[in-house]
Amino acid sequence: MGFLVDSLRRAVELTLSMDPELVRIVVLSLRVSGTAILLASITGITLGIILYRMHSGPLKRVLVVLVNTSMGLPPVVVGLGLYLILSRSGPLGWLNILYTPTAMVLAQYILATPIVAGIVHSTLASSDPNIRFTAYCLGATEFQATMRQLKEARYAIVGAVVAGLGRIVAEVGAVLIVGGNIAGYTRVMTTAIALEADRGDFILAIALGIILLALALMVNICMYLLQQKAEIR
Amino acid sequence: MGIRRRLAVLLLSLVLISVFHGASMGAERIRCASTTSTQNSGLFDYLLPLFQKKTGIRVDVIAVGTGAALQIGKRGDVDVVLVHSKEDELRMLREGWFVNRQTVMYNWFVLVGPPEDPAGVRGVASVVEAFRRIFEKGARFISRGDNSGTHKRELKIWQMAGLSPKGHKWYMEVGQGMAKTLRIASQLGGYTLTDKGTYLALMDHEDLNLSVLLEGDRVLLNEYGVMAVNPDRHPHVRYREAMRFIEWLVSEEAQKAIGSYRDSKGNQLFFPANTEPTQGGMPQIKN
Repeated sequence: MGFLVDSLRRAVELTLSMDPELVRIVVLSLRVSGTAILLASITGITLGIILYRMHSGPLKRVLVVLVNTSMGLPPVVVGLGLYLILSRSGPLGWLNILYTPTAMVLAQYILATPIVAGIVHSTLASSDPNIRFTAYCLGATEFQATMRQLKEARYAIVGAVVAGLGRIVAEVGAVLIVGGNIAGYTRVMTTAIALEADRGDFILAIALGIILLALALMVNICMYLLQQKAEIR
Repeated sequence: MGIRRRLAVLLLSLVLISVFHGASMGAERIRCASTTSTQNSGLFDYLLPLFQKKTGIRVDVIAVGTGAALQIGKRGDVDVVLVHSKEDELRMLREGWFVNRQTVMYNWFVLVGPPEDPAGVRGVASVVEAFRRIFEKGARFISRGDNSGTHKRELKIWQMAGLSPKGHKWYMEVGQGMAKTLRIASQLGGYTLTDKGTYLALMDHEDLNLSVLLEGDRVLLNEYGVMAVNPDRHPHVRYREAMRFIEWLVSEEAQKAIGSYRDSKGNQLFFPANTEPTQGGMPQIKN
C-alpha cells in the first residue's frame, strides 16, 4: 500500500515538473493522434455520407457490414499488416516510413476512419427524414439538403470524431509494431507505459497514465458541454 | 465557405509537412534491432550516447525478442542487429542475410524459482540435471515461449536432457518478455530461465518471490553478438554507419564502458567480450 501511494505521489510530482522526456512523449502522442484523427475525420465523414446516400442494395449492405466490422479492427492486426506492407521486403518498402511517426499516423488513421464513418452513417440514417424533405421543399439541391442534415447532426459527428480519437490515443498494439517504440523518436504515451512497466520503473508509467486519463476526462467534459448545448437548443 | 475550406487545406498540408519532415530529419542515424534485455537493463541508455558523442551517429533501438530482431534484420528494416542466439546468428550469416559478426559481451543465464525449491535443484551443478528434476517432480515451469534468445536456450536444455515438456500441465508458455515472465513466475511460484541482468535489474525495483537456484554451468553462458545487415541483399541499408557502430562496440573504449556499467544497486550485468567468462560469472582478463 505504501508503495502504491508513494509511486502515485512521485508520479504526480513528475507530471507537474514538466520533465522534458515526459513532455516529448506527450507532444508526440498528440501530434500523431491529432494528425491521424484530422485525416480520418475527412475521409470518415465523407465515407459516412456516401454510405448514407447510396441506394439500398447488396453493395450498400456489404459496405455497411464492412465498415461496422472495421470499427472493431484489432490494433495488433492493423500493426502487423501495415508492418508487412511497409517493410523493406514489402510492397511499399520504398516509401521508407517504417519506424517513423508517419507510419504511426497511418496505422491510427486506418483504425479511426471506420469508427468515424460508421457513427456518421448511423447518425444520418437515424436522423429525422423531415429535415431532408423540408430542405427539398424550400428548393435545396441534393448537396444543400445533405449539408443541412449534417448541420443538424453536428454534435453527433463531433462525438464520432472524439470516439475515434479516444480509441487511437489509447491504442498500443499498432504503434508499437510500426513505430518500434524508439526513444525520443517514436515513443508515445502508451508504448512508454508498456516499456516502463516492463522495466519495473512505474513512476513514469503512472505519470503518463495520469496524463492519458486527464486528456480523456477533458475531451469528455467538452463532449458533455457540447451535448448540453445541443439539448438546450 | 471557400476561405474556410482553403484554410482547412492549408492546415492539413502544414500538419502533413510537419509529420513527413519529422520522418526524414537527421541523416546520421541508424536502426538497431536488439533484445529486450539490453534495453530493459538500461545498458543502451548508457552506451549509445557515448557512441553518438564520438561519431555523431544516433542509434535508434527497436527492442524485441532475438527471434523477431533477426527477422526484422533479414527483411532489411534495420541496419544492424545485436542479439543473443549464436547458433541462429551463425546460420543467418551462412545464409547471407548478415555480415561481419562480432561478439560484444557475455553474461549468464540463471535458473530462478521459488525459494522453497520444490524440485530440489539448489546446489545442483548441471542445469540439464536440474531440468530433469523439475520434469520428474512436475514442478511448475514458466517458459518465455516467444522465440527469444532465452527461450531458444531453454528449449536447447530440455533437448539436451532428452525431455519434451510441451503439453504438460506444469509447463506454461506465456509468450511475454523477460520481466513479465519473471513476474508471472513469482506470482505462480514457478521456475524459469532468465538472463541474470534482467533478473537483477528487476529485483532492484520489485520484491519478487524468486531466488537464483542454479548458476555457473557453462551451458548457461549467454553471448551477445552484433552483425550488419548484408548490403548486397538490402542496398538501402546504412552499411558504413552500421560498420562504424560494430567496430566501436568491440573497441577498447566501448568494451571498457560495457565492463564498467552497473545497475542502480551496483551489480555488473554484462562482461566485455575481451574477457574470458568463467564459472560463477566473474570474468578473467584474457591475455
